[in-house]
Amino acid sequence: MKLQDLTKDKTYTTVLLALASVTLLIPLCNLIFPEDSALHFSAYSVSLIGKYLTFALLGLSLDMVWGYAGILVLGQGAFFALGGYAMGMYLMRQIGTRGVYGNAELPDFMVFLNWTELPWYWYGFENFGFAMLMVLLAPGLLAFVFGWLAFRSRVTGVYLSIITQALTYALLLAFFRNEMGFGGNNGLTDFKDILGFNIQSEAVRSVLLMMTGLSLIGALLLCRWIVNSKLGRVVTAIRDQESRVRFLGYRVELFKLWVFVFAAMLAGLAGALYVPQVGIINPSEFSPLNSLEIVIWVAVGGRGTLYGAIIGAVLVNYAKTVLTGLMPDAWLFCLGGAFILVTLLMPDGIVGLLRRRAKPKPTLNATGGQPA
Amino acid sequence: MMISAATTTEGGASLPLDGEVDARHGPILYMEDVSVSFDGFRALNHLSLYIDDGELRCLIGPNGAGKTTLMDVITGKTKPDSGSVFFGQTIDLLELDEPAIAQAGICRKFQKPSVFDALTVFENLELALKTDKRTWPTLFHRLNNEQRDRIQDVLETIALSGQQRQLAGALSHGQKQWLEIGMLLMQDPKVMLVDEPIAGMTHQEVERTAELLLSLQGQHSIVVVEHDMEFVRSIARKVTVLHEGSVLTEGTMDEVQNDTRVIQVYLGG
Repeated sequence: MKLQDLTKDKTYTTVLLALASVTLLIPLCNLIFPEDSALHFSAYSVSLIGKYLTFALLGLSLDMVWGYAGILVLGQGAFFALGGYAMGMYLMRQIGTRGVYGNAELPDFMVFLNWTELPWYWYGFENFGFAMLMVLLAPGLLAFVFGWLAFRSRVTGVYLSIITQALTYALLLAFFRNEMGFGGNNGLTDFKDILGFNIQSEAVRSVLLMMTGLSLIGALLLCRWIVNSKLGRVVTAIRDQESRVRFLGYRVELFKLWVFVFAAMLAGLAGALYVPQVGIINPSEFSPLNSLEIVIWVAVGGRGTLYGAIIGAVLVNYAKTVLTGLMPDAWLFCLGGAFILVTLLMPDGIVGLLRRRAKPKPTLNATGGQPA
Repeated sequence: MMISAATTTEGGASLPLDGEVDARHGPILYMEDVSVSFDGFRALNHLSLYIDDGELRCLIGPNGAGKTTLMDVITGKTKPDSGSVFFGQTIDLLELDEPAIAQAGICRKFQKPSVFDALTVFENLELALKTDKRTWPTLFHRLNNEQRDRIQDVLETIALSGQQRQLAGALSHGQKQWLEIGMLLMQDPKVMLVDEPIAGMTHQEVERTAELLLSLQGQHSIVVVEHDMEFVRSIARKVTVLHEGSVLTEGTMDEVQNDTRVIQVYLGG
């Protein structure tokens, strides 16, 4: 279809295979090899890899909305956090009488605030299916209402970016408040079980990693299908010439809204997978800085490529783990520096570099799709 | 689910159905007493214009005469301060927005060629294809044979069959102009508004564009804005001269060119 499809497909296949092997091999290694073996991954590293994969899913969601629809969302972390809170609420309800206060109905922080009954918006979260529905619906609904208002009034470009940033900041402040009923500053933590299994156990960690890997693979396939559909082409056209698309008879605001809501739901799913693996969700996840980091992952990996977002998210977060261990204060400088370097030197990110290597002389009149 | 609900209410309502344009008792497009001001500047000044069904009309006029504003008003980009704009007898264009007007059958080629550089020539035409343009149907849309044939026909008409898999960004300026005309044809419009179609074209391309436009009259009503008088002479039956936001005169090219007011306006006399 497009001219770099051949090389693109190679990297795409590599990324898919890498994801599949991580998803299968790490849990398998933990089953087969004893704890003292070199091939056995500690619970810590399993969770760490699982965390990277949730970030990759989050990066993927941003690439859909930024790379393809051209909407630079600086608040994608808000949808991630909302999905995370929905999962956190389920996990809190699972604690039951094992909390410090031993209250079967109320989470500890509510007892501490002298609340006597569960707020209405916590109803239903003891049910896993309902909580999973909320994981998608809560971010999706917020994105729908926000996007409906913004896109219909034709707010675009930097204004939209700033409003999304303000949105996540507003949520940060709101979730900090104890009266909101989401654990305030401390957030939700001290989880015990998920679906009746001990959340701390190595087997559950492995299963969570596997679930994250499968979700990421599924999301990548789905995103690729969407991007290659006619809707994907309309969205790309909107990115490049918004008003022209309107004069072709497409309701541009609804297409933007569609992608925006879809991406928000993906981000929510990523958040829901993140929380049980790190064991906590608190308002700092709404911090604008988090959302900016997501943009940097996608920029580093190469936007508008889907798998670039995955590569970027994993690499930047690995660098973050290593560097914050070595020099905790230097991390933000490295991150900022990386962003400047990528913007100046490799506007198409790592994937752009790979492609240029694979195809040194891109010819413009190639009859795409055919091997040269 | 929520999106689809919104799509049907927003995308489905108030769109006139195919064939509903009623031009039996008069012009297909008429503007009456239309005025538009931008910050005190009167871009259109009590302008009235009637386009007949199947007609090929040329609009000329010096810079700032209001030609592009007129197209903006017809296509819904600009809402006039006063006046009425009707499509056929029944469709009030002032009540519709850009996508609704496009779907009703009024399509526009822009002054600057506006094609989608990141998509191939074929994909550009595919997006323009007249079909259900709501989000979910677009997601699941697959071209059927009839639609493929239609795209191939248009590719031949605009002489880009050989370049159909090429990215539109790699086309020459003249080819981009043709591709955009092709995108209009894909929409099977009743009215085509064509803003400066021959800018950047070679002499041969200009001739073929004239042939193309002439072959389309009758099936479509076409309004062409152009500065090149020779080109206008080669295609126009009827020419409308705009000046300072209203119609100065109308007639054949000869009548118009011999009109003293027109000469004055153009020569600044």
